[in-house]
Amino acid sequence: MKPAAFDYARPTTRREACDLLFDAGDAARIIAGGQSLMAVLNMRLAEPRLLIDISAIDDLRTIERREGYLAVGAGVTQAELLEHPTLADEVPLLAQAMPWIGHAQTRNRGTVCGSIAHADPSAELPLCLLTLGGEVVLETRKGKSRRVAAGEFFQGVLTTARRSDELITEVRFPLKRPGRAYRFQEIAMRHGDFAIVALAAVIADDAVELGVGGVADRPVMRTLPHGEKLADALNEFAWSLNAQDDAHASAIYRRHLVRELGIRLIDGETPQEDGANARQV
Amino acid sequence: MNAFESPTLDKRSGHIGKRQTRVEDDALLRGQGRYGDDLATPPGTLHAAVLRSPHAHARLTSLDVSRALAMPGVHGVLTGDDVKRWAQPFPVGVRQPMDHWCVAVDKVRYVGEPVAVVIAENRYLAEDALEGVCVGYEPLPVAVDTEAAIADGAVILHEAVGANVVNDRRFCYGDPQTAFDTAERRVSLKVRFPRSSCTPIECYFVLAQYDVASGGYDVTSNFQGPFALHSVMTRALKVPGNLLRLRTPPDSGGSFGIKQGVFPYVVMMGLAARKVGAPVKWVEDRLEHLQASSSSTNRVTEVEAAVTHDGRVTALRLDQLDDCGAYLRAPEPATFYRMHGNLTGAYAIRHLEVRNRVVMTNKTPTGLNRGFGGPQVYFALERLMQRIATELDLDPLEVIRRNLIPSGSFPYRAAAGALLDSGDYPKAVALGIEEGGLAELLERRKAARRAGRLYGIGYTVAVEPSISNMGYITTAMTPEERRKAGPKNGAVSTATISVGPLGDISAHVSSTPQGQGHRTVVAQVIAEVLGVPLESISVNVELDTGKDAWSIASGNYSSRFSGAVAGAVYNAALKIKQRLAVIAAEQWGVDAERVRFGEGRVFVDGGDASASFHRIAGATHWSPGTLPESESGGLRETAFWTPPELVAPDDNDLINSSLCYGFIFDYCGVEIDRITGAVRIDRYVTLHDAGRMLNPDLVDGQVRGGFAQGLGVALMEEFAYGDDGSFISGTFADYLVPTAVEVPEPLILHMETPSPFTPLGAKGVGEGNNMSTPVCVANGVADALGIKDIELPLTPSKVRTLMGFDEPPRPEGVGEEVAKQTPGGSLLTASDSVEIPGTPRQVFDNLLDPDTLAAIIPGCHALELTGENAYRADVTVGVGMIRARFDARVALRDLDPPHALRLSGAGTSSMGSAEGSAKIRLTEIEGGKTRLDYDYEASVGGKVASVGGRMLQSASKMIIAQIFTRLSRHLGGAAPKASLWQRIKRLVTGKGGQS
Repeated sequence: MKPAAFDYARPTTRREACDLLFDAGDAARIIAGGQSLMAVLNMRLAEPRLLIDISAIDDLRTIERREGYLAVGAGVTQAELLEHPTLADEVPLLAQAMPWIGHAQTRNRGTVCGSIAHADPSAELPLCLLTLGGEVVLETRKGKSRRVAAGEFFQGVLTTARRSDELITEVRFPLKRPGRAYRFQEIAMRHGDFAIVALAAVIADDAVELGVGGVADRPVMRTLPHGEKLADALNEFAWSLNAQDDAHASAIYRRHLVRELGIRLIDGETPQEDGANARQV
Repeated sequence: MNAFESPTLDKRSGHIGKRQTRVEDDALLRGQGRYGDDLATPPGTLHAAVLRSPHAHARLTSLDVSRALAMPGVHGVLTGDDVKRWAQPFPVGVRQPMDHWCVAVDKVRYVGEPVAVVIAENRYLAEDALEGVCVGYEPLPVAVDTEAAIADGAVILHEAVGANVVNDRRFCYGDPQTAFDTAERRVSLKVRFPRSSCTPIECYFVLAQYDVASGGYDVTSNFQGPFALHSVMTRALKVPGNLLRLRTPPDSGGSFGIKQGVFPYVVMMGLAARKVGAPVKWVEDRLEHLQASSSSTNRVTEVEAAVTHDGRVTALRLDQLDDCGAYLRAPEPATFYRMHGNLTGAYAIRHLEVRNRVVMTNKTPTGLNRGFGGPQVYFALERLMQRIATELDLDPLEVIRRNLIPSGSFPYRAAAGALLDSGDYPKAVALGIEEGGLAELLERRKAARRAGRLYGIGYTVAVEPSISNMGYITTAMTPEERRKAGPKNGAVSTATISVGPLGDISAHVSSTPQGQGHRTVVAQVIAEVLGVPLESISVNVELDTGKDAWSIASGNYSSRFSGAVAGAVYNAALKIKQRLAVIAAEQWGVDAERVRFGEGRVFVDGGDASASFHRIAGATHWSPGTLPESESGGLRETAFWTPPELVAPDDNDLINSSLCYGFIFDYCGVEIDRITGAVRIDRYVTLHDAGRMLNPDLVDGQVRGGFAQGLGVALMEEFAYGDDGSFISGTFADYLVPTAVEVPEPLILHMETPSPFTPLGAKGVGEGNNMSTPVCVANGVADALGIKDIELPLTPSKVRTLMGFDEPPRPEGVGEEVAKQTPGGSLLTASDSVEIPGTPRQVFDNLLDPDTLAAIIPGCHALELTGENAYRADVTVGVGMIRARFDARVALRDLDPPHALRLSGAGTSSMGSAEGSAKIRLTEIEGGKTRLDYDYEASVGGKVASVGGRMLQSASKMIIAQIFTRLSRHLGGAAPKASLWQRIKRLVTGKGGQS
């Protein structure tokens, strides 16, 4: 379990990083916290020629509240965001969801944008970004940048709309909106494991935005009605995800959880303390 | 009465039985442990990496190492040819023509089987060069499921044997036939017990040297014993015993039995060192360890009881299939026979019929794992007792109590020959009920059920054997075979105590501890006997077969330390004490019987004479001329100890398979979440009678550790294999071990009934909860759900499935038809469809065109025609950051122009193997276009299957889809049309997949 040889660069500016990325293209990988990439490298599931470490780029290490959203730079660790003093007020869904990400040790290294870039179908952060309708900001050489909506960014298992010469510089989580309730729940085999099913909900008076992770090949969000039509809509949603069997959970079990936990989450029957506190380890 | 209670021990200092803090911990907690990988290596040491089979079953057709040898830093590659030249197969415990070599020579029989060993200047370069070894495999059908492997028509792993059952023995004790014929009731059950391992933190380590002058091997490895396997290694290496010097490092990062399985690598790395003429070091990584080290056996048991109306079991019938994997690796089939003498558990069942079949399958060979044989036996037996209660409408605890071996009947000869040394089972159960608060637990269940919750209580009693009889394994042979082979029995343990010129005490035991705290207990025993401070005693637990006292039973297994090894320490200390007493007695002119030891002094009972311990002991070094004539001078004593109770199996196959038998009574309250199926342990009570406790803190530690591991087996741990034999639990994200969050604190209760057969009255206690906890939890779940068939691990998904789903139907047009899926398997199937510009004829012809093919295969670097519609391709395939370069064969077959054809591919990469085939149908649709429908089946093996299970289905789907979207683009020069299911999805959801 030793990685293949690679070159390593540690630029101190975004521009430098983008230039390196432009030159190396697909042969380069960005590394920030390394919580997924290092395991992949050590198992030789990937053999990039160049690692570009962005942890020394100071202006990527910021968390900023801007007009309507919270911008999280690519160098910000999950622990830093979770400890952001106003997080629960600004993006309450994240405050609920982030304790479910791995463990304190992995959150200390793992970055928010790294998780978005990796696009693991079970990961909490892509699910939250999608459910909140957030955006990913990508930068290329010469300071050119574009924004991609989360719904377009996640394209499949570990696959995103990021082009090989693009650096994710920040992700934008929409701020709490009045009249909305935010809820999160996850079922995993153990604390910190990949979600079997993760649910994130933004609940308004007239409708619910429900995001589901861990079931399809990417997080998926659907707007659902309240009331008597909810159960049918959830069933349809559950089936549309094309759940798969794996070693830990069956497809039917995943559909079952989407329906049953979905309805309880939306109707507020899920004790939030169970989720957030008991699992904050 | 054991020696400890005899008058030879005159004054108890209180060391034995004290909750003594472990002397090991300070260094370990400060990171000052000295594990195998920490040891200094000799100059010029090279590093090995092992090339492993991605196939579960394949014939080796070629092996080309030339490219690897040309790579930087590579010094050599050890292959099956070298191994055939210098070594021979490992001896096997049953008489069958099965060759198990340390490197595959003709076939591979499990995923992860070593095929070659690259030796290079460092591990990085060695791993680089693995890709330079080119292996030709001819995949063969597989036998993975245990029962399928013994069915007619199953592929045979070892052709010369002619069957996958390599050992089939039937046993009959008492008169089970009559008991069953006259039984008032019969209750039967079939259970399957999964594979697991206790997964030590430190994996295998070997540092090997070959001495050309002597032709001998000098190997340091974290091998844990039993040292009977030293003989197996020397036989394989074709050297006499004194030319394999085997040493163990000072510290070990856990074993739990698993490090017994390092022995094939001791041989392998010895040969690797010989190959390159330099020391070779190898440290196993986690993927290698999970995939290919060792595990417990998985077992299928059919069990039946003859029962009276009131639940008294009169006879037991067991039909057991033990799945030992691809090779019968020593000491297998010991998993069966370790428990054989005590198969009737804690019960007075006199009639017993057993059939034991050892089955070979395309899985990793099995071996020792904490609990060894116990979890499998008790899962069947204690589930059966619960079923008897359910079917007879009795209280399960009452059924247990009615069948217990009665008080006052010890030592008790069990039906199959175990001589249960001591205990009082009914009293222990009563104690557990009382002190564990069963009454309250029953109330909790009542209240929970009243509230509509799913709550159950599980009970288990178990007999925990320790100090195994080295002869028990021969029960696998017939009495005739045993007579020919000569008797094997006993369990020799050794301890050596030296006293230095300044009265300093050093002790050595051949016990290779794996973290249990042996140094602490050895010091406690010596301090007790010699009356010296514990801190003044230095205990060395490294073992060096070149210098130390050892025997075949040496090592750390079968919970033999507290009963056997600490007993040998005690005996050695008594020898020292006796000699010193004689010396002191002569100096003081008193009778040696009156000499006493305590508080660092030697003195006369009831007299004035007194001297410090170091003064008396030092005389053996400084002034041997002053000693009594009987004294030789110097002070070092080795004690060998073997219990006479451990005799070879007799002609009726009665075997006292262990010396000591502890008793366990467990019960638990479990609650099941109605929605998620999650099992929550509400309360767990575990009572142990392990004889005299030498250090209750260490006993509690053993119980907690075993409980955590037992809970893991109950709820989440399983080495899972796909139907094609691919191993799919290759990381700790796939093979789930409970962490501190998931393990509640059990209530631990003790009772002490000293063993009459061990010097200190102690028995083993290290494995009990591995045996009792899995089935206790299972019984709790069975009680909560009121169901019969329980299979471990009880994952939320599995438990919820047991409860049944009342699923609303799939709305028309939503999602995909649910294809036949193999839970936990690696077979990937899917169907899809894509619209392509052009007529079916054009599409068909294009598919047969190499240029098109090269353009549409994702990541294709080169495509070379090798035959009609057959190609060799160099492709890089992957999703996201995961990429592998495959050397692939691509072929187009079953041509039915222009309607249908089959596109198939197979390839290998450093990541593993992949193969698949897609049936393609072309239908003309409006606008001069073609609808291409495809159904594919793919399977992957090797590393990628072991670590990527969760995402393989989606990933394969994405990669296959790329082929056809690229075809569409290639023909139309435009972006492909969305596929059928994407369009349906878009219709239904108003969203589309953006792939």
